[in-house]
Amino acid sequence: MNNVFVYIEIEGTEVREVSQELLTKGRKLANELKVELHAIVIGTGIKGKVEEQVLPYGVDKLFVFDAPELFPYTSAPHTDIVVNLFKEEKPQICLMGATVIGRDLGPRVSSSLTSGLTADCTQLEIGPYEDKKSGKVYENLLYQIRPAFGGNIVATIVNPDHRPQMATVRSGVMQKAVYDGSCKKEVVYPEVSKYVSPEAFVVKVLDHHVEAAKHNLKGAPIVVAGGYGVGSKEGFDSLFELAKVLHGEVGGSRAAVDAGWIDNDRQIGQTGVTVHPKVYIACGISGQIQHIAGMQDSGIIISINSDPEAPINKIADYVITGTVEEVVPKMIKYYKQNSK
Amino acid sequence: MSLKIVVLAKQVPDTRNVGKDAMTAEGTVNRAALPAIFNPEDLNALEQALRIKEQNPGTTVGLLTMGPPRAGEIIREGLYRGADTGWLLTDRLFAGADTLATSYALATAIKKIGNVDLVIGGRQAIDGDTAQVGPQVAQKLGLNQVTYAEEIISVKDGKATIRRMIDGGVEVVEAPLPLVVTVNGSAAECRPANAKLVMKYKYSACPLEVTDDDTRKGLRAERPYLNLTQWSVADVDGDPGQCGMSGSPTKVKEVQSIAFQAKESKTLTGADSDIDGLIKELLNDKIIG
Repeated sequence: MNNVFVYIEIEGTEVREVSQELLTKGRKLANELKVELHAIVIGTGIKGKVEEQVLPYGVDKLFVFDAPELFPYTSAPHTDIVVNLFKEEKPQICLMGATVIGRDLGPRVSSSLTSGLTADCTQLEIGPYEDKKSGKVYENLLYQIRPAFGGNIVATIVNPDHRPQMATVRSGVMQKAVYDGSCKKEVVYPEVSKYVSPEAFVVKVLDHHVEAAKHNLKGAPIVVAGGYGVGSKEGFDSLFELAKVLHGEVGGSRAAVDAGWIDNDRQIGQTGVTVHPKVYIACGISGQIQHIAGMQDSGIIISINSDPEAPINKIADYVITGTVEEVVPKMIKYYKQNSK
Repeated sequence: MSLKIVVLAKQVPDTRNVGKDAMTAEGTVNRAALPAIFNPEDLNALEQALRIKEQNPGTTVGLLTMGPPRAGEIIREGLYRGADTGWLLTDRLFAGADTLATSYALATAIKKIGNVDLVIGGRQAIDGDTAQVGPQVAQKLGLNQVTYAEEIISVKDGKATIRRMIDGGVEVVEAPLPLVVTVNGSAAECRPANAKLVMKYKYSACPLEVTDDDTRKGLRAERPYLNLTQWSVADVDGDPGQCGMSGSPTKVKEVQSIAFQAKESKTLTGADSDIDGLIKELLNDKIIG
């Protein structure tokens, strides 16, 4: 009762990194609240294969639901299992990845339990809340913090009266770390048929195809990112060249993705990838909060912008006032000259 | 097979084009400074609905939206592009709704519409980016859901075959009707407004959009299709306790406009000497290799 739960996402028998990141965050929240960290994983043929990918992150109890047709994920069976388990376990917090699966399952579960859900949180904290109308004070609520309104403001959301307090978090926002404290590491294998009825299995997956990522933006030590100031799809060519010579990866702001200049899986920001590179080179990016949320923990930030007042310049270590067109080719040129 | 399709659409502030005057000095959003638009992914949803209509004669496509009276604009925009009808849910009791209360209201309206085979909406709206309303509407109606759809490939024999995006790949699923589908922005773009339909529906309006001195009253009396349906909480037999602020489990504790912690930064120009110096410094400090 009253514990912190993390829904573990898998591809086949492999646990997704975002779930391990959430376990590390969940462990911290559980410690602060002095409760246990529980995890739930649902799939087919996973018994004996997923436990060691989950338990090291500080899990007190892992619920493994293993039965045919639970992989690939479909909405109804996973919802039924999570909802019915939560009715028994009554967790106070539930975290899921802000992935395609988490964003399909989370709202369905929250609607079933009439609990509040906040999508794409960038920070999670514990704190008190006073309802200004009733004057009632709540202790130890989950602060679900996220940029809102297209990233122009940051909102702190709470769910005072409903449980669990649910939040989704994007991959890369939290950092995973094997837990060195003590925890129970208990594993249970509940009878799946008690949690889900055969009628739930009506959506059939005819084809399921997942490719290895084309790039490693999330883990790249150097990121060259372009925004609206790049000006065109062709304008990104020089960014790719700079990334290539520096052994980095190319990302883009939402504006550049919306303009069709760069693939949507390279979007950096709250609704894209979060990166923590050693060097972040922002090319023609103004720096909406939406974007900053996805790169502010970078080591060295270099901003190239023709507008000296661009908001991103405030968090930059180096501000180059100039156009992307002019500056990026020079960086390539002088890197080639100086690095030999 | 003729189908009854409801497209969920939202009028949203165009957060993609936020100018400097979009925020007030107090750090709140200045909605008046932002143009109101048809939520982009809802247009992708409308296109999927219109394609199904073309393949299944007798199919009707209706647009359901919730918002203030001026949201009637997007019903008209939907009619211009080929929708057959529309419903505007508008009531002060709906105000301040989070995704759950919004879903309750929409689901209640869909029940009122009745016998719906397909509910299709955009994956998410650009003012919230939550992607929660589609699945929550499905849950409230007790229907199956397929999210992140890129193409509704076919609808026949009471089943829809749908290609959807998943993390790092694609999936093809088959799901029985009735069904809720949310459509991703990578799906086909919506067709433009049709000039004949613009002529036909130009003067259509919801009751709350009509002012006392309106000169088109006679025209609307003659042509009933110009009178758009407008529903309040009571009209859809909704429970006010589950609508708006009171039906919302999430509360906004605080909203901040962010002031970045200004770092000490070095300011350079695009001159060759500056860039050369920067690269040398980064190499010397072993920041780049």
